Amino acid sequence: MDGKLLQNPNPLTKRFLFVLAGLAAILLLNLIISPEFFQVSLHEDGKIRGNLINILNNGARVCILAVGMTLVYATGGIDLSVGSVMATAGAMAALMIRPGYLQGLPVANPQPPLLLIMAVPLLIAMLLGLINGALVALVRIQPIIATLIMMYSARGLAVLMVEGQTPTYHGVPFTKLGLGYFLGLPLPVWIAAAVFLITVLVTKRTALGVFIEAVGENRKASRYMGIRTRLITMGTYVFCGLCAGLAGLVHVAGESSTSPYNTGNMIELDAIAAVIIGGTMWGGRFTLAGSIVGALIIQSLSTTVYFQRWPYEYSLVFKAVVLIVVALIQSEKLRAYAAQGWASIKSRRAR
Amino acid sequence: MNSFKKLPKLSVNNIPILTTISIFFLMYAAASIMFPGFFSLYNFVNIFKTNAFVGIIAVGMTFVIISGGIDLSVGSVVAFTSIFIAKMHQSYGMPSWISMLICLGIGLVLGLSIGCLITYFELPEFLVTLVAMFLMRGLAYVVHQGTISIQDDPFIAFMKRTGIRVGAGNLSLYVWVFILILILGILVSKYTRFGRNVYAVGGNESSAVLMGLPVKRTKVLIYVMSSLLATLGGIVFTIHLASGKPHNTIGLELHVIASVVIGGTLLTGGAGRVIGTFFGVLIYGLVFKLPAYISAFREWWAQILVGLLVLTFILIQTFVAEKTARAVES
Repeated sequence: MDGKLLQNPNPLTKRFLFVLAGLAAILLLNLIISPEFFQVSLHEDGKIRGNLINILNNGARVCILAVGMTLVYATGGIDLSVGSVMATAGAMAALMIRPGYLQGLPVANPQPPLLLIMAVPLLIAMLLGLINGALVALVRIQPIIATLIMMYSARGLAVLMVEGQTPTYHGVPFTKLGLGYFLGLPLPVWIAAAVFLITVLVTKRTALGVFIEAVGENRKASRYMGIRTRLITMGTYVFCGLCAGLAGLVHVAGESSTSPYNTGNMIELDAIAAVIIGGTMWGGRFTLAGSIVGALIIQSLSTTVYFQRWPYEYSLVFKAVVLIVVALIQSEKLRAYAAQGWASIKSRRAR
Repeated sequence: MNSFKKLPKLSVNNIPILTTISIFFLMYAAASIMFPGFFSLYNFVNIFKTNAFVGIIAVGMTFVIISGGIDLSVGSVVAFTSIFIAKMHQSYGMPSWISMLICLGIGLVLGLSIGCLITYFELPEFLVTLVAMFLMRGLAYVVHQGTISIQDDPFIAFMKRTGIRVGAGNLSLYVWVFILILILGILVSKYTRFGRNVYAVGGNESSAVLMGLPVKRTKVLIYVMSSLLATLGGIVFTIHLASGKPHNTIGLELHVIASVVIGGTLLTGGAGRVIGTFFGVLIYGLVFKLPAYISAFREWWAQILVGLLVLTFILIQTFVAEKTARAVES
């Protein structure tokens, strides 16, 4: 099977080069508008700073989300709830760090072990993912409806957990998760890289990736082949929940506070856009590397808007336009129409 | 052939809607008994008034869902409409009825684009409408970033003031827009060729194509209609609040879809009724009114409650649909 795959190189490889070119184009545009965009400097404390590093650092969350979303998207699903799950995980972490917050108590001293602070929110995120997966795979609700319900329910849960307030916890060890540095690079970048590498190893070095693609390509045929389609589908949603939880922890750690309203608000578009720009098919072949580059493209757009001192919401317009253009370019119909048009022009000329 | 005659098609259409109506009366009765002062004409008129815009949009969404599609952009369209009208009034002194017409034009273009991208370029509808959702939300922020209240606009004042007094409440003119749209929706779905095509497309698209129905035109028209009604809903919303704000109505799409589903329309397409959506909107309005009597975090409890309610209805529908499928097979 491996040999056959090598003979027919993955069509996504070619597309991946296009995606990389897209990222280069956006960065180049920035270079033309404002050359100072590219300044990167090594500081005395051993930290590298600059806009490019900012893109990596802020893009880490979208990268983590995009990895989970890629697998869900490949099974022919979608997860709109990732942003809200981020908020729920963040709210849980806040309650772990400040158990008495609602009674007005400060940060707990001594702090519970860091592993515990991370594990409980991640478990909750996985549980929410499991509910999504069960609704999709067992109850057979359309993924978009099931996760839309979860999108608002999980947001409601997050708001209720901290009673609509914004707990802060500056200086506790947990915040290193978002603010720390390792080998000159921000910790979130390393976390995103680890999530990406582990997922690539697990999906591409085992049959799991092929199973996921098979389920997305043709659920019935996969089941007849003996693939446990329900388990695979549910597994992707649980994994997507886990990724969302991790992204949420990185986010609230970086903010040193949890805002149940703002954490992960509208980030689902970024994650979905990253996956689509990366070239993953809805129900079919997926490419994690493409999604990562897609996430960086999306983050570059955000950073560009931010660098021009426009409000964040303006970037929604740019992202929407980029996303629909990319989706159109990938659509086979557009190519068919273009071919038709070209043929008719040619025949007219011949006449 | 015989089994086709016995096909309990009516039950697919009727069981959910009967459930809906009985749930509405049960909830209304329970709330009236539990909370003194809930049962009043004033309260009922108020539910009607605050949810008129949801109802208008839900009529459009009913057609979209019956055809097997989904439209996530409606909430953002409302937000854009409200801030656009308010901004035009504040900055250029434009009479609101002109900016409302402009908004309807924008809604028409948006709906056409959504419809064409879905039908002629075969992009998935969740993708196209999700992009439209973020595009319109972004544009709303581009128009203006804060709240603008509209004062001294003759048209809006007229729409608010004029109406029929019901008890202590006033059913303003814009509430009648909802009732008009509802009646039109029922008539269109039942007695026009377009209405029947919508059911046919949702029931089985390839069969509809083979039957020679204008499937593509129907689908484009459905999304045009949905966007136009979303804009109209936005106009009613603006009149109701007499202000605009770009982060208004976040999550409205879920509420509208919830109203439609609670109203008995099958998410899988092909079955449903506009009148069911009317009761769905009333139940939804009731659910959002209840927590005001119970707890402080009313909105978010209601949010979760609506989610659970929708899930329950989907489960009922799945059950009914499976039974029907079995009946057809046997």
